[in-house]
Amino acid sequence: MKLITISGPPSSGKTAVLSNVIKSLKAFGLHAGAVKYDCLATEDDAVFRALGIPVQTGLSGNLCPDHYFVSNIEECLKWGFSLNLDVLVSESAGLCNRCSPHIKGVLAVCVIDNLMGVATPKKIGPMLKFADIVVITKGDIVSQAEREVFAFQVRRANAKAKIMHVNGITGQGASELTSLFLNAPDTPKLDGEILRFSMPAALCSYCLGETRIGMEHQLGNIKRIKLKQEQL
Amino acid sequence: MMTILEKQIEVLKSEVPQVTDFFSDYGIILDDGGFTLGEYLEQLPEDFYEDIGIDQVTLLENLDGFLNQLNLLQNTEAPKVSEITIIGGHDKTGNPEHVELKLIRGSVTSIVGPTGSGKSRLLADIEWMAQNDTPTGRIIRVNGKKPDPELRFSLEYKLVAQLSQNMNFVMDTKVAEFIAMHAESRMIENAEAIVVDIIAQANLLAGESFTGQTPVTALSGGQSRALMIADTAFLSTSPVVLIDEIENAGIDRKKALSLLVKKEKIVLMATHDPILALMAEQRLIIKNGGIHKIITTTAKEKENLARLEELDNKLMSLRTRLRSGELIEES
Ligand SMILES: Nc1nc2c(ncn2[C@@H]2O[C@H](COP(=O)(O)OP(=O)(O)OP(=O)(O)O)[C@@H](O)[C@H]2O)c(=O)[nH]1
Ligand SMILES: Nc1ncnc2c1ncn2[C@@H]1O[C@H](COP(=O)(O)OP(=O)(O)OP(=O)(O)O)[C@@H](O)[C@H]1O
Ligand SMILES: [Mg+2]
Ligand SMILES: [Mg+2]
Ligand SMILES: [Zn+2]
Ligand SMILES: [Zn+2]
Repeated sequence: MKLITISGPPSSGKTAVLSNVIKSLKAFGLHAGAVKYDCLATEDDAVFRALGIPVQTGLSGNLCPDHYFVSNIEECLKWGFSLNLDVLVSESAGLCNRCSPHIKGVLAVCVIDNLMGVATPKKIGPMLKFADIVVITKGDIVSQAEREVFAFQVRRANAKAKIMHVNGITGQGASELTSLFLNAPDTPKLDGEILRFSMPAALCSYCLGETRIGMEHQLGNIKRIKLKQEQL
Repeated sequence: MMTILEKQIEVLKSEVPQVTDFFSDYGIILDDGGFTLGEYLEQLPEDFYEDIGIDQVTLLENLDGFLNQLNLLQNTEAPKVSEITIIGGHDKTGNPEHVELKLIRGSVTSIVGPTGSGKSRLLADIEWMAQNDTPTGRIIRVNGKKPDPELRFSLEYKLVAQLSQNMNFVMDTKVAEFIAMHAESRMIENAEAIVVDIIAQANLLAGESFTGQTPVTALSGGQSRALMIADTAFLSTSPVVLIDEIENAGIDRKKALSLLVKKEKIVLMATHDPILALMAEQRLIIKNGGIHKIITTTAKEKENLARLEELDNKLMSLRTRLRSGELIEES
């Protein structure tokens, strides 16, 4: 079974792109399944289910969804094997821009859209910088020039990824993306595999439920803002 | 790569000024004189790299990739595409598509056919340089040969630029800044001259004129389309331009096409507008997912085009009169 991790900022088009890919996987006679990791709520499971594939949803609540992902992906992989899936896609909402679900040896995809502005690629951390494929969506509503400038910025943030333009609505580019999914390596197990980039240490008192503000309530891994001298 | 690490930062910044921007994307300010680049990156603490979400090895790989790209853009002309060839596959029911169609630089081809017939699929096959690996089984050759598969993902050698009715500018910049930014991403030297040229050309295509100081998001539909076309003509490296329905765009369609032709683009346009369709040298009729027929625009059709244009002008002048409050009562 091929496991594929899909990350990307909220509403960038991850589900829309995956829906089109899943349709063409089905046309090849392959069995796909999906797992969605999100924070509070998601309706993506309904979208995947409407395509007739099995789905699991994991809600991380007050944890970072990517931290939650690492602790649970092995379980989901086993679930995929139990259903004899050919391809298991794991979609996670990249909420904190610093974590990423990408694992060494597992095909890693990051989905971003043209509307986010040219500064976005540099603001997105490891989920973009360590992806094998960067999918850019919503090219149908911006100008050719903006697409070119945006892709150039993506290249600057990740020199090695394959950069693809896919339209989440019409599916243009999705069969091409599918052909890359078909070449993904198999993932027989995850035990012992490693993340491409460490997740930040989220262990301060606020991680543990503290709500009061003030020095005396801050414990653990605390980092101070560096205030610079500024002229009035 | 190794040699760049041994360069003094000050020397490097004057030789390759773009590295300053590259590093500032990662929040790294190269201001320490005296260090070589290698020493500088080496002395940054581990948790600095943790914070910026990248490790030193990957950062160096990205720098290497960036410098390569710079080099490609500055020193090599994109491999010259002089023609592309579409070799037929099959239609939706599997009937073979007996077509071998060569499209050369500076030519205009229109694509017509009902909704869902496969016009966009044909354009997508060209963009992807299909090699019997799309639903149509078509094969695309470039300069008569099978293109290098890696070119599919190359930003520098993208075969296709696209224009359509639905596209808008979304960036928060002024026209001149915007064009300069596009030129910069192409590493073009004399950006100022190009900015002036593009604005002048776009104003020839659009009805009402705009300046370099107009915010791009404030352009009207027609002005946006005009700027997109002029920008594509001057700044896009892609030899093929795909146009999806620009009939209602409010621009001078004839001038727009002739600008693209003058810049030696291979123009393909999906359209329902008879004037646009007849402006092309040939048109492809798409039916059930396949190219059903290829019609060369006849001399008689070209004559009719002149009459259609007259009609169109008449309608336009009626429109102008309506707008200015006149009655349209003559019989
Ligand atoms: N115009 C246009 N809209 C798109 C495209 N791709 C996606 N969208 C729209 O963008 C919106 C968000 O798409 P989703 O696929 O739900 O995004 P997502 O990344 O899965 O979002 P979350 O799972 O909530 O993080 C939807 O309304 C899509 O229809 C595209 O290529 N073009
Ligand atoms: N030869 C073919 N074999 C199989 N499927 C095809 C073939 N040609 C086109 N299709 C599929 O048919 C569908 C409709 O095609 P497409 O979107 O290109 O139509 P269109 O002519 O652009 O329509 P519209 O005018 O509505 O934009 C797409 O899903 C496309 O992949
Ligand atoms: Mg989603
Ligand atoms: Mg179409
Ligand atoms: Zn996180
Ligand atoms: Zn915390």
